[in-house]
Amino acid sequence: MSDCRRQWNREDELPVYLAGPITTGPSQRKSFGMFSSVEGAFESKTIDFDNYSVGRKGSRTPRSGSRERLLDAGDPTSQTPSEARGGSPVSSPGERDDGRIGVEVKYSSWKESQNGKVGLLIKGGRVVNDDQSLYADVYIEDGLIKQVGENLVVPGGVTVIEANGRMVIPGGIDVNTCLMKPYLGTQPVDDFLQGTKAALAGGTTMIIDHVSPQPGDSLLEAFECWQEAADRKACCDYSLHVDIPQWHEGVKEELEVLVQEKGINSFQVFMAYKDVYQMTDTQLYEAFSFLKELGAVVLVHAENGDLIAQEQRKILGMGITGPEGHPLSRPEELEAEAVFRAITLGNRVNCPVYITKVMSKSAADTVTQARRKGSVVFGEPITASLAADGSHYWSKNWAKAAAYVTSPPLSPDPTTPDHLHTLLACGDLQVVGSAHCAYSVSQKAIGKDDFTLIPEGTNGVEERMGFVWDKAVAMGKMDENQFVAVTSTNAAKIFNLYPRKGRIAVGSDADIVIWDPDRIKTITAKLQQSALEYNIFEGLECRGGPVLVLSQGRLVYEEGTLQAQQGTGRFIPRKPFPGYAYQRIKFRNQLKGRQSVTRGLYDGPVYDVPATPKYITPAPSAKTSPTSHQPPPIRNLHQSNFSLSGAQIDDNIPRRSGHRIVAPPGGRSNITSLG
Amino acid sequence: MSDSRSCQEEDCASLLSKLGSDSPRPRVKYGGMFCNVEGAFENKTLNFESFSPKVQRSAARTRTCDSGDRAGLVCGPTGGGQTMVFPSGHARENYGKREGDRLVIKGGKVVNDDQSFYADIYIEDGTIKQIGENLIVPSGVKTVDAYGHLVVPGGIDANTNLHAPQKGMNPQDDFYQGTRAAVAGGTTMIIDHVVPEPGSSLLAAYEQWRDVADQRACCDYSLHMDITRWHEGLYEEVESLVKDKGVNSFLLFMAYKDKYQSSDSQLYEAFGVLRDLGAIAQVHAENGDIIDEEQKKFLTLGITGPEGHVLSHPEEVETEAVYRAITIAKQANCPLYITKVMSKSAADVIAKSRKKGMVVYGEPITASLGTDGSHYWSKDWAKAAAFVMSPPLNPDPSTPQYLTSLLACGDLQVTSSAQASFSTAQKAVGKDDFTLIPEGSNGIEERMAVVWDRAVSTGKMDENEFVAVTSTNAAKLFNIYPRKGRIAVGSDADIVIWNPKETRTISAQTHNLTVEVNILEGLECRGVASVVISAGRVVLEDGKLNVTEGSGRFVARKAFPDAVYKRIRARSKMAEARGVPRGNYDGPVHDVISMTTSVPPTPTTRGPPCPKTQTGPRNLHQSGFTLAGTQIDDHIPRRSAQRIVAPPGGRSNITSLS
Repeated sequence: MSDCRRQWNREDELPVYLAGPITTGPSQRKSFGMFSSVEGAFESKTIDFDNYSVGRKGSRTPRSGSRERLLDAGDPTSQTPSEARGGSPVSSPGERDDGRIGVEVKYSSWKESQNGKVGLLIKGGRVVNDDQSLYADVYIEDGLIKQVGENLVVPGGVTVIEANGRMVIPGGIDVNTCLMKPYLGTQPVDDFLQGTKAALAGGTTMIIDHVSPQPGDSLLEAFECWQEAADRKACCDYSLHVDIPQWHEGVKEELEVLVQEKGINSFQVFMAYKDVYQMTDTQLYEAFSFLKELGAVVLVHAENGDLIAQEQRKILGMGITGPEGHPLSRPEELEAEAVFRAITLGNRVNCPVYITKVMSKSAADTVTQARRKGSVVFGEPITASLAADGSHYWSKNWAKAAAYVTSPPLSPDPTTPDHLHTLLACGDLQVVGSAHCAYSVSQKAIGKDDFTLIPEGTNGVEERMGFVWDKAVAMGKMDENQFVAVTSTNAAKIFNLYPRKGRIAVGSDADIVIWDPDRIKTITAKLQQSALEYNIFEGLECRGGPVLVLSQGRLVYEEGTLQAQQGTGRFIPRKPFPGYAYQRIKFRNQLKGRQSVTRGLYDGPVYDVPATPKYITPAPSAKTSPTSHQPPPIRNLHQSNFSLSGAQIDDNIPRRSGHRIVAPPGGRSNITSLG
Repeated sequence: MSDSRSCQEEDCASLLSKLGSDSPRPRVKYGGMFCNVEGAFENKTLNFESFSPKVQRSAARTRTCDSGDRAGLVCGPTGGGQTMVFPSGHARENYGKREGDRLVIKGGKVVNDDQSFYADIYIEDGTIKQIGENLIVPSGVKTVDAYGHLVVPGGIDANTNLHAPQKGMNPQDDFYQGTRAAVAGGTTMIIDHVVPEPGSSLLAAYEQWRDVADQRACCDYSLHMDITRWHEGLYEEVESLVKDKGVNSFLLFMAYKDKYQSSDSQLYEAFGVLRDLGAIAQVHAENGDIIDEEQKKFLTLGITGPEGHVLSHPEEVETEAVYRAITIAKQANCPLYITKVMSKSAADVIAKSRKKGMVVYGEPITASLGTDGSHYWSKDWAKAAAFVMSPPLNPDPSTPQYLTSLLACGDLQVTSSAQASFSTAQKAVGKDDFTLIPEGSNGIEERMAVVWDRAVSTGKMDENEFVAVTSTNAAKLFNIYPRKGRIAVGSDADIVIWNPKETRTISAQTHNLTVEVNILEGLECRGVASVVISAGRVVLEDGKLNVTEGSGRFVARKAFPDAVYKRIRARSKMAEARGVPRGNYDGPVHDVISMTTSVPPTPTTRGPPCPKTQTGPRNLHQSGFTLAGTQIDDHIPRRSAQRIVAPPGGRSNITSLS
């Protein structure tokens, strides 16, 4: 696995699929009437990967490593107790619909097909991409889609999957999960194994997880740690975002290494979490500028941390300590304000901005308006904001209320999910994430006496695609192509995975889901793959769900039966400068050559500014005020025999004389007057 | 006036609830829709006594006399005399100073913000004593002829900087020059900004401004206090300013990084304090962090001329800050007044949030209403530099029209001038670096004319709305209504006779300021103040100014202006959040290992986000010691070496301080 990765990294070819048009379909297009399926159309539409060679030349033997691991682990269905539930066939009452024709799998040989070595043919399905739908068979070999079309010529003995007219869609991409985010020394109960299993069960075949280093940690080390854990455990392909907990000069080198050598092209910055992760506007500006030069996408956690800190203090002071304090201290205006500010910063720097976790109407509207004005900004609602609202924070059951704690909080406005779906449908929001970060009730109970200590995060990786279908497509807001776009293709484009992921085309990875739009399932914690003992969507009915999931060409989920294998997930490196986000940026950059006015020198009188020092601060100057740049001439020499190390947190609060004893360096022995 | 009215008034001591609502009978129209309604003004003019709960007792006598002559014409001195009772006692004593000027303004059309009517006005002792037709006045009274003209309340300019130094330089036009120009333009009251140095005493600065203004000002003035650096310790000073000194508005800065800029936390705290004291928070709304970065960028790009100013202060930076300020004010439930609205999008944000119910007010200025930012690219450095102000004028030439429209429909409320004039020589301090150019422009004199020309004569606004945006709204917001901002019996005699037909061309040659550049040079404005009466004295007549240095009085303003605070009060009652009563959680609790979290608890109350960015690894050789307490850069890993934490005061003799 790691070999494979390094080879990827060494590949120098840039993705060229955006450069040239598709040239593989020389055959003439014939039209048989306006609405009939155009024969041969898809051949020329599908993208031929061999032409572009996205760094995939040479050896493609990634599976060897994973296969050994599989053998070590023994029977995949009963590896660990926690996995037993996932491995055993699950049949929920809601999932059965015997009257209809199901999807049949005719195996040539079970074992072979599991390894993806032998070809696999999906017959009779309707292939749905983000741009069009067409009836076609899909032939898969070596984990790649080899052929798409009708009447395919395939070798004998392949496993045939009869889709019976069902939709065949690209596997979902969940761009926002936190499967290893530590909180006060504890880790989410869904790790990379549980989390990716839940993802597969919901039709998601790739996740992008957040690497969350603590302030002061090395980003590279954290990245290695995450990658190592994920390589061991993940059951589906994954990639990683890296969170930047603190901005300082030293981070820059690490970011460069991550972008150029490690295949990371997205970094998250925080406008919330005062005194922990929060960055000032100046730091954000610098971070945006730097990441733009690297060609990375900036993810922003947008909430005004200063105000949240104030509100939290106020609300705790009022004696409200329960989970309802969480939404009270984080009203949606603070989210909208921060989104507005992030977009403003993005515009100034001319850098693409990606707002993670759009939770409220006003934040979504802010994104929408900015897009109308031409900003390069993307918005990501999450499963929770699309399917639940914040009324549960006021639940009498503490554990239930605490389960919904996430930041930004769910909006108490019950019309929020509808609004967000509408914006998703019309393209104003682009990507659906899950922000899956599962803490058990006992972990949440760390904050039982103080809502600010409740670890933040909800489940949602498994339910993500289902709810988008149920609330948007089944309601007639969105068509199936847009469904594919928001659950998979857009994410692949923004994060430069396209068309390897996010599309059913020749040469793409065989991450395919056969989707049943009519399957009705009732969400319940009992039947979920996640290790959580609760589910925030408990009892909700959800129409639409995967019947069959292929990951890397292997059948991993079929009608409620999960056959995922630990450690089969590969790290997918992503190159910088995704065209979807950066093309416009590039052109704007060229435009931005701002000209100054050439004028003659001003030779009129110039007012003589008196050099008198206006203000003399009593205490050591650098300490009292960052503002008063004291003129050097009158500097007290006693003060200058030392320099303060670092900015002081209370720099800009003037000392009120008598309140504080300012001790000179070296004690009072030799210097008598300073203050 | 009817008896039924008087009993209504007893329980209704507030101003706004009864404006115009106290007419006991349907209005009778005498001959057509647009003719003057006889007797209308009696009911409309304000009865001062009823606004002041304390003086209700004494009101009875006056009212009986009023109710006698119901036929229409306001009672003259024969009717027993008007007893003037002011809502605020402090105003009284000033009136002794200046008397003797008795005036009658005849034949004009009196324009208030709610209606216009034809009436004569009799002024005595600096106050309006009578309004009506056929007034009975003493003989030998000077008559001012206002036939064919409008008689409007004198303008109130709510934003001037006549004494605030910038970069060590005082404005070219001080209180004398500035107020002189104000009077010449029809403005009879200014509210100037007191700008103390960061960290210095607010009260001391206030006294200094008072001293200067009392000696120099030629028209009434009041003061805003700028809070250049907020910290908890300011509370007492702010409180004493509000309670004893008659200052009820405070300006905070979101721009001028490392100088005046307040962080969001500071703004929130300050807003909370101001709300509790009943003051109005004003903000200078621009994102100082971004501006700072942009300035650096443009300077490194080699752009040093005034065009760099507008490039580094883009419109969206203003918009962002306006949005943020409104969000913070909403959280703190504090009324907010945005000074200097310069761009369309900033104005839009204000208009939108007003529609959502926020208590926020916007103030475009003369410059943003009269001109645009294309001049920053002028080849003439001096001209380009004259336009430098913050936020800058918008390069979009449709901005003035747009702001005027919002002003006309009430989405923006107040016009001011943001007068701060610096001579070309002063501006030239920044000839090689646009960031050093002192900011500010003229506008105090042209303000009313520009509004009239842009809004009223183009048909966007009527004359009543003109009075509202130039005078009445400011008076209401800053709690000097109805003493100022209205022509009513008992109000101060600050009156302008406005000639809507005359046209004047603005020019630096003819203006009354001493600054040698006028940014509105060449602009032709319809509408001219032909006579200006300030405190009962004619100070402008026949184009001649006749002002007296030092005649301006300080007008103290009380806290909790009704126009602003009624809603705030109701909301703070509503806003009580309640917790959910639930049983104790008794399930399992995950054991938190008391691990060393990397971030130490910071002294929270006083931690603004760091104003400085640590750049580069630190050279430990420079540092003989480290301060105790939390360091702002604690969480940044030292790349070179472990840091040595030494106690403050060194290790020698002082052992415990932290």
